[in-house]
Amino acid sequence: MSSRFSLSRRIVLRGILAAGSLGLVKAVSGCSPTNLAGNAERDLVVGFIYVGPKDDYGYNQAHAVGAAALSKIDGIKVVEEASVPETTAVVETMRNMIEQDKATLLFPTSFGYYDPHILKLAKEYPDVQFLHCGGLYQNGHPTNVGSYFGYIDEAQYVAGIVAAHASKTGKLGFIAAKPIPQVLRNINSYTLGARSVRPDVTNQVIFTGNWSEPVKEAEAMNSLADVGVDGVTCHVDSPKIIMELAEKRGINCSGYHTDQSALAPKGYLTGAEWDWSSVYQAYVNDIQAGKSLANGSIPHLYRGGLGDKFVKISPFGPNVTADAKKDAEAALQKLLTGELVIYSGEMKDNTGRIVIKKGASLKQRDLALEKMDWLVAGVKGSTKV
Amino acid sequence: MVEYNNASTIGWLSVPIAILAGVLRGSVPFLFVSLGECLTEKSGKINLGLEGSMLLGAVSAYAISFHTGSALVGVLVAILVGLLAGLIHAALVLQPRVNDVAVGIAMIIFSSGMAFFFGKPYIQPKAAQISPLNCGAWSHNPQIKSALSLSPLLFVGIVLAIAMHWFFSSTSWGMLIRAVGENPVGSRAMGIPVNAFRFWCILSGSGLAAIGGANLTLFYPGSWIERISSGQGLVAVALVIFARWQPINCLYASLFFGGAQALGPALQAAGVSSYYYLFNAAPYILTLLIMVATCSRSGTLAYMPESLGKDE
Amino acid sequence: MDLNQAVDRIERFLLPLLSIGLALILFGLFCVCQGLNPLDVYASIYRAAFGRWSSFQNTLLRAAPLMLCSLCTILPAQTGLIVIGNEGALVIGALSATCVGMLVYGFAPFFAQLLMVFAGCLGGGLWIGLLGLLRAKRGVNETISGLLLNYVAIALLNFFVEGPIRDPASLNNPASFPLADSHLLGNLPGMRVHFGIIVGFVACLLSTWLIYRTPLGFSARVTGGNYRAAQIVGLSVNRLMIIFSIFGGAAAGLAGMIEVAAVHGRANDDLVAGYGYGGVLVAFVARQNPLVAIFVSVLVGGILASGGILQRVHDLPDSTVLIFQGLVFLCVLWSDSFYGKLNSLVPHFIHGSCHEIFNSSCAPEDISHG
Repeated sequence: MSSRFSLSRRIVLRGILAAGSLGLVKAVSGCSPTNLAGNAERDLVVGFIYVGPKDDYGYNQAHAVGAAALSKIDGIKVVEEASVPETTAVVETMRNMIEQDKATLLFPTSFGYYDPHILKLAKEYPDVQFLHCGGLYQNGHPTNVGSYFGYIDEAQYVAGIVAAHASKTGKLGFIAAKPIPQVLRNINSYTLGARSVRPDVTNQVIFTGNWSEPVKEAEAMNSLADVGVDGVTCHVDSPKIIMELAEKRGINCSGYHTDQSALAPKGYLTGAEWDWSSVYQAYVNDIQAGKSLANGSIPHLYRGGLGDKFVKISPFGPNVTADAKKDAEAALQKLLTGELVIYSGEMKDNTGRIVIKKGASLKQRDLALEKMDWLVAGVKGSTKV
Repeated sequence: MVEYNNASTIGWLSVPIAILAGVLRGSVPFLFVSLGECLTEKSGKINLGLEGSMLLGAVSAYAISFHTGSALVGVLVAILVGLLAGLIHAALVLQPRVNDVAVGIAMIIFSSGMAFFFGKPYIQPKAAQISPLNCGAWSHNPQIKSALSLSPLLFVGIVLAIAMHWFFSSTSWGMLIRAVGENPVGSRAMGIPVNAFRFWCILSGSGLAAIGGANLTLFYPGSWIERISSGQGLVAVALVIFARWQPINCLYASLFFGGAQALGPALQAAGVSSYYYLFNAAPYILTLLIMVATCSRSGTLAYMPESLGKDE
Repeated sequence: MDLNQAVDRIERFLLPLLSIGLALILFGLFCVCQGLNPLDVYASIYRAAFGRWSSFQNTLLRAAPLMLCSLCTILPAQTGLIVIGNEGALVIGALSATCVGMLVYGFAPFFAQLLMVFAGCLGGGLWIGLLGLLRAKRGVNETISGLLLNYVAIALLNFFVEGPIRDPASLNNPASFPLADSHLLGNLPGMRVHFGIIVGFVACLLSTWLIYRTPLGFSARVTGGNYRAAQIVGLSVNRLMIIFSIFGGAAAGLAGMIEVAAVHGRANDDLVAGYGYGGVLVAFVARQNPLVAIFVSVLVGGILASGGILQRVHDLPDSTVLIFQGLVFLCVLWSDSFYGKLNSLVPHFIHGSCHEIFNSSCAPEDISHG
């Protein structure tokens, strides 16, 4: 059939011409785009990879702020790529950063980048160091890989104390993305903090199903307000909507990831924030001093809480009373010295089951906490989908 | 004004009130997009790109409201931007042999790209919002007050639905549009400028969708971030079918879909917290079942404009 | 061949080229408005998409699922159906393949992979077959039902992945149990690209053969061209619609299986990556021709692969690649309306009377793609 023949010529020609037109353009333009200021040879090129937009007022922004702090240091050049999903796309991105941008230090900041993506790529580029945010390193993983994470639940504990003081109805609320251990830990710490000053306070949790669901988060916020909740916090990628709506409904709120007080000037109590700038600077200082992961001079697993400056609490807002501040600061001190262990027990979950036996205590770094699948007594809601 | 009293509850009534609140809040975007799609489809053209128009309307309303301090100006500019997006769609789709569905999907990609690109600087700042109509001022209960704190656009939408119903059933312009949608070949033979009618219907439809978007960023949830719309534009296309291309039914269907959106979180707050994914799928399954039940074997859907889906 | 046909052939090369050129110009204008040199931007895109072997492999990795998903639209389109439910079919295919993969954990690799392929194709095929059935028997608009079923499929995926088939070890990123390592599809020798690209390539070739070289394909095209005429001639149009829907769904389901077996190793919500809708657009840009779809997939894969470099080198946000993609699609779709016009530009007096007859046309394949 004649059309088949002409089609095949069209295909070939079209393909060649399309590729060729771009190539022609390249030849004409001449210059190669790695052009920014700074001597590319001497600078340490650091690559940051975010799972969402850099300015989401949340998780990714916290990392971007840290990256911005790094780019001010002499001799460091930062390249960033945002909205990279937790699929093989991140492998491609990392590879591009290494090959096209000549990066030798990468900070892939999302949890799901680690296994299998970083693990596989690290073997291919043994001279590049991969510092992942998530705290997942285990023995046997490639030596040029490290993982860091912060115990932000400590900050949530303190936020819970403040929220309990400020609550008139005794009902708190928590809007969460998915019932996974890190999230459950935050929910539980918030509740435990609240209950440490007011034992009868309850915490209603609503799961939205995914990390970024603005409409569902808005609905959840309204539902919580409708059932009488008057202190809310969250664990989603971008708390912006929740904070703004809480302000509209006249409800107190605590932030998460970064400082959202600008969004809720009256109702913002405090918040649990990451403080990645200090972490990143510590890493870079080590590397510039010649240390590396491979020879063990930089620890593979680097985690910390309030004490190690991985996390911090936001400045107190206008609705925080002097009593609340006193209690919060006392708890803060105890957490810093290690005197206060949040998970010690006897502790029961919200179905009555004993999850921590009497006399036992799970310290901050205890691995059992990384597998948490229960909600502590006082939380209303279920982990079942 | 923001009040800082405790939000008290009135017992078991709180769940139905929460659902009512969700219905009144969540239905506005669906209402405008479905009315816009209804108008477009009455003339025989399908526009899948309204999701993009909605996003463009959302971002431009927010941006202009931020710069001018007036939410009203924001909404008006959103309409203009929606008309522009509709213009692009119409210009392509009214050419011979260009496929509606493909252009619609391409427009979603293009429009959302433009919206996110120009929206970057507006994620941090706060724009002036539309003032709510406090229909619940008679109550002392904060929950009822909040549930009945309605968007003026909801009323605009209701009036529009009624007006469109009257328009299509009783005015000559409406009849002409329907004729164009039912039988474009015959209409052309009678001298009716089919393309002109379709052009204006597509443009207006896109403008209406943009108003729906403006409500998202200037009223509820009242903020601009990239995922503010989660496929509501596409769902509105299904909604129009659910509503059998009748504007009044579009109103009811929007209320239904808006409520369904609020149902999941409301139930969780009330203590029912399982199977939320399947809950989320329920409106779509229901629409599909209704479509199957109401289609006839001869291959036509009752009330559907005949030329929809055909290149005539 | 006479002048008309020659002009038609020239048109078929010229139009796609011109439309891509137009898209490049428009995007270039956009870059200029942002204060960038468009030539630099294009050089970067080229570098990231085709410039080096490593980049080209990235492009191929993205092209593979697009090829298969485009078939989900192309095959039913031969019978006149417009299917956009590819995303749902991919997800269902992936889910089926994962469930089977979990069941056959201990089996020999070849056998297990075969079963997974079968499961993926069956799942996807039945999903889109359902659409075809509803359309054939009840007249339900397949575009809308496909859209709705996409949402249903995603809800089902989330339900299963976080519920019945959830791997307790996948704590913070809920996923199904992983497939056995030996069952995963490997890469082509010496490359980073998995076998999916070969599968996609072969599937498109097979589809081309099916559509243009078999009686079944011919019957389908007749049905798509003129439904009533096909019925009058005695073709069982309903059966054709359903059969081709099943074939299309099987292709998308296969894409889903490959995503699980070659890329992720398990099922989770990363599977919903937009390849379905990408496939729809590739199908339309390729004018429902599977052979052309191969090239269009590679082109689109290249555009998608260049998103990263735009961010890192030119400081453009990630939405820029959406704008570029949208412009390319819109321009190419617009060019569809120009086919046949070149002939009308050629002065009448050069031809004989046969020009009068063929004046306003349409090359043969235009009939089926209204």
